This record gives sequence, structure tokens and C-alpha cells, in this order.
Amino acid sequence: MSTDLATEAARTAPQARTGVSRRTIGNVVLGIVLLTVPLWLPLVGGYTDLASRVLIYALAAMGLNLLLGFTGGLSFGHAAYFGLGAYGVGLMLKYETHSLFLALAAGTLLGGLAATLLGPIAVRRRGIYFSMITIAIGQMFYFIAIRWNTLTGGYDGLSGFARPKFAGPGHLLPMGPTGMYYLVLAAFAIAALLLWVVLNAPLGHAFVAIRENHKRLTFLGVSTQRYIAISFAISGFIAALAGGLNALLDGFASPNLLNYSMSGDFLIIAVLGGMRNFYGPLAGAVIFVLVRDYVSSVTDNWMSVIGLVFVISVIFFPMGVLGFFNRKSGS
Amino acid sequence: MSLLVLNDVGRRFGALQALSGISLSVEAGELRAIIGPNGAGKTTLFNLISGYFPPTDGSIVFGGEPITAGTPTALVKRGIIRTFQITEIFLSLTVRENLRVAVETAMGLNLRPWISAAVRSVVMNQVEHLAEIVRMTAKLDRVAGELSHGDQRVVEIGIVLAKSPKLLLLDEPTAGMGDEETHHMTDLIRRLNKDQGITMLFVEHDMAIVFGIADRITVLDNGRMLAEGNATEIAANPRVQAAYLGNAA
Repeated sequence: MSTDLATEAARTAPQARTGVSRRTIGNVVLGIVLLTVPLWLPLVGGYTDLASRVLIYALAAMGLNLLLGFTGGLSFGHAAYFGLGAYGVGLMLKYETHSLFLALAAGTLLGGLAATLLGPIAVRRRGIYFSMITIAIGQMFYFIAIRWNTLTGGYDGLSGFARPKFAGPGHLLPMGPTGMYYLVLAAFAIAALLLWVVLNAPLGHAFVAIRENHKRLTFLGVSTQRYIAISFAISGFIAALAGGLNALLDGFASPNLLNYSMSGDFLIIAVLGGMRNFYGPLAGAVIFVLVRDYVSSVTDNWMSVIGLVFVISVIFFPMGVLGFFNRKSGS
Repeated sequence: MSLLVLNDVGRRFGALQALSGISLSVEAGELRAIIGPNGAGKTTLFNLISGYFPPTDGSIVFGGEPITAGTPTALVKRGIIRTFQITEIFLSLTVRENLRVAVETAMGLNLRPWISAAVRSVVMNQVEHLAEIVRMTAKLDRVAGELSHGDQRVVEIGIVLAKSPKLLLLDEPTAGMGDEETHHMTDLIRRLNKDQGITMLFVEHDMAIVFGIADRITVLDNGRMLAEGNATEIAANPRVQAAYLGNAA
């Protein structure tokens, strides 16, 4: 049976209905490209940590996009869950454990549970009011982080933790950029698969139906708030996982990770890449992180370039970069 | 026993008394038309019955149980399902996806993050079945937003049918339709009533349709009940004629 996302693609590209096999090929190619990044990236002038950053931001934006692109809820506060994931991992490694997986699980759980508990408050309102509540809740964590010096390091951020070493033959092996990249890739793959399964199941269909017409669904007897809260929770867990990985990558957690400007970055990534498209956030993250990396080495005003790219893309590719190419290939 | 009973129901919005003193009962299996000039309170009546907002006076009984303060969700569970004057469907999804989410809702699957191939095929069979009833099989893979207005209304009826309604409320099902579309819609309404045995209440402006298919007709005017009866009685009622022709009796 053809998948939901295949029909989603076919919608933007009517000729692409041969879709299923094409999509499989696309997934295989993407898999090979991602798996071989440490081999080819240095050849084109990149470095492995940059690819890790792309995947981490893509992961956070994909999580956000479950809520934004597939459920129709504009959250301006997902940095909170990303940041909680980061602080969770940092605090665990600094004070409690040397286990990477335990720390990552704890960080993901911290951010995810926060989203699970706070989502139901935000979903009581729709549209702009929903967005305002998400900002307010998000900023709350930002201010806690900068005030609670003794625990979080305040403005300076949380440092003093590092990626744990692995047990190697006879001695402990440090986890280098390549090892980190594959950890991020594994997390990305698992989360993407999970999202894919959900979006092709009744739960995902309900999310999309809410985006399309929540009134119709309400009058079929569905309490839509509950489903938006579930979408919010899932997307919070994924953002928290991404935040935890971000802390492992940097060995540092900054309060800026919790700030609404970070939420804005994730939104830009999702919209830039194509928020109706499953892999849109990945495309958006590639553009965002690369532009930031290269432009910031030339000027401090890299954000103006991102802004320009964003404005141009919204004007010329309102469905995002992937939405644009899907349509191109169809016509 | 009557399926739906309204006892002296009224609804006030601030200073405006939109409806008052509405008492009517609808038998199971009945096809009941609600007619009346613009502003008579027809849609308000639908909103009260479907729980969009509660009445400010009187009580509503459905299947022998009071539902006066029911929410839309609670009333849908009891089998009261409605369509809207402005078609409410999932515009950027295909007809198949529109019906699928309705079937999944009806089967109580919405919360499932995964379903087996077997359940999936039960869902898809039901989707095909619904498409056959509303005669949309050929258009299953069309995007709903690209369909004609008439087809979109048919899709909405397909969606609500998934919930196996006991009482179906149709708000102006043929509004804005051409002759052929209107014919299809009235044929569909008649078939759903006769073949599926669904009790229906519909608001309609086209008198030819009302007199052609309704078992009984309730006439509203200025928020009050003006008359009730079968087509012959209503057509002969001088108060109805006066309300529609607009001359003071």
C-alpha cells in the first residue's frame, strides 16, 4: 500500500505517483550519503562536527515539524525542550554518571516530560494565542537557567562535562568526531523512522486532519486538543534528544539553547526546507548550518544572510526548498 | 418512541432571542425538513441539537435521554452527526484520506501509532464501501480541494457516514449547487434515509426538494415555529404562504 507521505509527495508532484519505488530509492541514496559523510566531507572542505550539527538541528526541526507542518501548531518555544535535553545530559555527565546512554536518556526524558506536562496548557488555545503561550513557557526555562547559577552556570552556561570514553581493547577510547557523528546519525535514523511510522498510522492521520480542519474532526467526536498535546509531547521528546546530542557535541550547554531565538532558528529550518515535507527540515538544516558556518567565518552578521535566504525562499519557494523541487520534478 | 424531542427550546444571544418555544419530535427513520426565511433560526436550531452551543431555555431529549448540555464530542458518541452550511472537509487531502481518517475515528483507532496490515485493510475496505455509497469511487485519489463544490459536499457526507449516524443533520446540503449536482445530492439523501435507515434533519431553501423528499416539514419564522406537517399540509398553510410571500396576514 502506498504510504501517506508518498501521497503527500504526489500531491505536490502529480506525475510522481509511481512514487513508492522512487521514494525507496531516495531513502537508500540518502542513507548512503549520510553513512559515508566522514569519508567525503573533508574532500569538499567540510569537517565531521559540521555534519553532526546539521543532523542535530535537522532532528530538532523534524520534531518541531511534527507539530508545525503535520499538526498545524506553531510553537515558538521548542528551544526550551532542546535546551532541557542539553542541560539534562550535561548535568548527568557532570554529577551523576559516566554512561553516555544513561545521560542521553535522562536528558531526553527531562525535555520530553516537560513538553508532555506543559503541552496541555498551550493546546487550550489555538493560533497566535497558542504560539504566545509556547514562547512564555519556553522563556520561563531560559530565565531559570540564567538565574540558577549554582546548578546551571547561569549566563556562562554549563561546562565541565565531556563525552564519556568507551571501553576499548585494554584501555578507554575517547569518542572522536566520527564516533559522535555516527551516534547522531543513529539517533536521527531512529527518530525519523519513529516519525515515519506515526505519520503513516491513524495517529498521524489524525494530526494531519487537525491541521486541515479541526472543526470537522471535532464534529466527528475527536477531542482535538488531546491530539495536539500528543503531537506536542512527541515533538518535545525529539527536540530534547537533539538538545542532548548537541550538549555531547559541544561538551557545553549554553542558556541560549533555551532562548526563543533558538526556537526561531528551528522554525526557519523547517520552513526553509519545506514543512509539508518529511525531509524538509533536513534540507533546511543543511542550508542553515552551512550558511552559518561559512558566513560567520567572514562576518559576524551571518544572521542577515540567513534572513535574506529565508525571505527569498519564502517569496520564491513558499513550500520550502524540497516542496519546490518536488513540484519541479513533477511538472 | 420519538428519536429526538425538543421541549420548548429557546436560545438567546444577549438581547437577541434567536429561537423560542421550539417543540418538535422526530421519529426514528424520518426525513424531516426544516424550512423558513433567512434569519428564521434554522442553523441556530442545528447548533443547539448538535451541541455547538447549549439552549438557554427548554430541554432536548435524544433516544430517551436528556442531551441538553451535551458537547459536540459527547453528542457525536450518541450518534448525532452534522454537516455545515460551509463545507467542512480536509481540503489538501485526497478523498481517500478524507474518508480514511473518518473511518479510523469511527473505529476508535485515532490514538494508535501503529496498526497491523489486517486492520489497515479493514479500514481501506470500509473507505471503499463508503465511497460506493456516496458514488465517489472514481474520485478517491483526487485532492478534495480540487473537486467541485457539489462533490466536496458529497465527500463531507461520506465522512459523517463513517460514524454510522443515528441522526444526521444536514445544513443546506444543496446550497450553491447546479441542477445535476442538486439531483445527485437529493438522490443521495433519499437513499441514505431509505436504504441505510438514517434519521435525517435537513435545512433547505429549495422548496421543490423539500416537498419532493421530506416526510414531514417544520417551518420556522423569526425564531418561532410557524407550522409543521407533511408537504400537502404545509403547501396549503396560509401562514406559511404569508411568511414566504412576505405579505402581512
